[in-house]
Amino acid sequence: MRRVRAYGPPALVLVAVIAVWEAVVFIFSIEFYLLPAPHVIVRSLRENYPVLIEAARYTFAEAIIGYFAGCGGGILAAMVASRSPQFADLVLPYAVASASVPIVALAPLAIVWFGVAQGSKIAIVTLMTFFPTFISTLRGLLSAPPAALELMRSCAATDRQIFLKLTLPHSLPMMFTALRACTTLAMIGAVVSEFFGGPVKSLGVYIKSTASLFQTRQAWSAILVTCALGLLFYFAVALAERLALPGRAQRAEI
Amino acid sequence: MGTPAIEIVDVAKTFGDQTGATEALRGVSLSVDAGEFVSIIGPSGCGKSTLLRIVGDLVPPDSGVARVNGKSPRQARLDRDYGIVFQTPVLYDWRTVLENVQLPLELAGRSRQEREARPRALLRLVDLEAFARHFPWQLSGGMQQRVSIARALALEPSILLMDEPFGALDEMTRDRLNLELLRVWQESGATALFVTHSIAEAVFLSSRVVVMSPRPGTIDRVVDIDLPRPRTDRMRADPRFFELVTTVREALRGDPAVAGGDDSGRSP
Amino acid sequence: MSETAGAARADRAEASRRRRGALAVIGAVVVIWEGSKALFAIPRYKLPHLYEILADFFREGAGGERWFTIMAQNAGVTALESLIGFVLGGAIGFILAIGFAHSRLLERGLLPYVVASQTVPVLAIAPMVVVWLGTSWFSKAVIAAYLTFFPVTVNMARGLRAIDPDALALMRALAATSRQVFVKLRFPTSLPYLFTALRISATASVIGAIVGELPVGSRFGMGVVIINAAQYYNWQPANLWAAILVSALIGIVFYHAVAFVERLVSWRPVASTT
Repeated sequence: MRRVRAYGPPALVLVAVIAVWEAVVFIFSIEFYLLPAPHVIVRSLRENYPVLIEAARYTFAEAIIGYFAGCGGGILAAMVASRSPQFADLVLPYAVASASVPIVALAPLAIVWFGVAQGSKIAIVTLMTFFPTFISTLRGLLSAPPAALELMRSCAATDRQIFLKLTLPHSLPMMFTALRACTTLAMIGAVVSEFFGGPVKSLGVYIKSTASLFQTRQAWSAILVTCALGLLFYFAVALAERLALPGRAQRAEI
Repeated sequence: MGTPAIEIVDVAKTFGDQTGATEALRGVSLSVDAGEFVSIIGPSGCGKSTLLRIVGDLVPPDSGVARVNGKSPRQARLDRDYGIVFQTPVLYDWRTVLENVQLPLELAGRSRQEREARPRALLRLVDLEAFARHFPWQLSGGMQQRVSIARALALEPSILLMDEPFGALDEMTRDRLNLELLRVWQESGATALFVTHSIAEAVFLSSRVVVMSPRPGTIDRVVDIDLPRPRTDRMRADPRFFELVTTVREALRGDPAVAGGDDSGRSP
Repeated sequence: MSETAGAARADRAEASRRRRGALAVIGAVVVIWEGSKALFAIPRYKLPHLYEILADFFREGAGGERWFTIMAQNAGVTALESLIGFVLGGAIGFILAIGFAHSRLLERGLLPYVVASQTVPVLAIAPMVVVWLGTSWFSKAVIAAYLTFFPVTVNMARGLRAIDPDALALMRALAATSRQVFVKLRFPTSLPYLFTALRISATASVIGAIVGELPVGSRFGMGVVIINAAQYYNWQPANLWAAILVSALIGIVFYHAVAFVERLVSWRPVASTT
């Protein structure tokens, strides 16, 4: 019964939105190039499936490689920085300040340096995912309760043991929060960098070009694919989190 | 004598969910006269907080009748007959100490003049006038609770409900605040219903101590405290005080024949 | 805990230390920049000299005006689009969050989508918005509003729900009306959450406005400047760098403006780190 209460209303909303959408297009005879009806979009999706899948693969490769590079780098840098809290204090404000910089604006420069292919997008995604991961992981590593540290030391634990058995596990929740958020950042980074310039077989360029040519059905189907990709990516990481942190009733806290 | 300030007749309350129901209160009856100071003491789960909240119309009883100042608890609440103090000070971080004490007056739509004058007087009463412009997080726990008490008196209530207000404080602060509470209570002339874990505190403050036991929550005994008023710190060393504390302790244990022994095992 | 002379002196020492740190960082950037250029012989088109970027601002553009003026005008356009969108999105998010607080049914139906939208690259829809609403400032503002709306709703809803149950019991004990409970308890409690979202949204709005200026047809804004600078990169590489610098500055200024307002409104010392 609880499931119905939880999933009922959103499902209802989804059905209602699709129904209203179809109705509005039908009643007002809205041109297909302005606002295509849902069933038209679905048809377009089926028709263009091969093209869309290839574009999805291309773009997702950028996102995921950049994700691993940026998040991996962020975690490693955080581990290094956590050895020296003074250094962390020095570096942290700048890392946080980077959140106010529209990193995506660097995309054209990345193209100059790495060419118009995937390399430039990977660079942007790496940069975008590095900082949040660095900040959250560092905070997590530095947040072990002093009482727990004292307990470890009273058992004559070595530095390495303290790190593996206390500091690292304790930092996982904060790290995973950032890892989840970075999936979205990675997708945005990849797609939006492609807006600034990229090959046709990428989702971003596909959306932009079909939109500008008023091929709205194709544009919408590509947008849907992008959103689905983003959701899947997010849930994959959320699943990994649930496996890595058992027994922590993780509500979808975003 | 007249009508009792608080009258509880055969009140019952069960909390339940899918896993099982807990009978928090069963067949509880109590009568508190106007101006009395009554403490309720008992182990965890005996329903003492629930009882207090029923009186305050924060929780509805499943059966039985509760009357506050001759009215239903709901009416008493809407008429703002009582002030309440919780275990945590529940002060608003974004308001100064003075503004926190003003809150009840604001909500009751009192005049501006009253809103200015009365909180100051109350802060003077609890010796915190110097901190009127401070923020709650700048004060110690004991000071915050004193502000909380001042706020409870803002609307000159005829009844004071207190749910373990000093539970989170250390013993020295607690003893000091006990004296201060008695002074404030005497000046206000209100009826006080006080929930606590501490036997010494219950005996020190009240004219009667209501001992409850859990599962289901019922009243075991009511111990009359015949110590003279005003109470002083020296009374804590009085033989009569010890006798009364022992009586309450035995009532809590539920076995009047057992004397002495280690009571530190008594779970809070 | 009140301010003593010692605490004030410590604050000043901290501030001067931070200033020295900032100067050190700028110095380090200059050294690394020019150093790597010299060391790795990085050509001018990949990494112009720092002074070239600065000089670009004083160069004359096609119309005869200095680039400084051109950048400033376009920056103003982008900033305005972001601001309008930010305010609009914030207001709608705020109202929706209040709606959620009042109607659990509404919350259960819509909140999952709002939350889910934070996991989805919402910006992908930007070209579509420009198709619908044209290439005027309006479509950019709508994109910025769209990006602001989601975090504001989610955070505000969370803040409105994160009330201490004892505080609610207190309000009930004081016979407060729902309106009083909202104004005097729920709203002040949710402000910190609101500002967290607003800080995120500040940068997002700027990105949204710039991305909205990318599709063909827009004439003003930093997005347009960037695209043009990218096109003519081989002739004037410094121009693109300058344009990106200005865009970054808009984002930073916007973010700190919001942080500044937050500090004004807050009753507790707000940590400058999130």
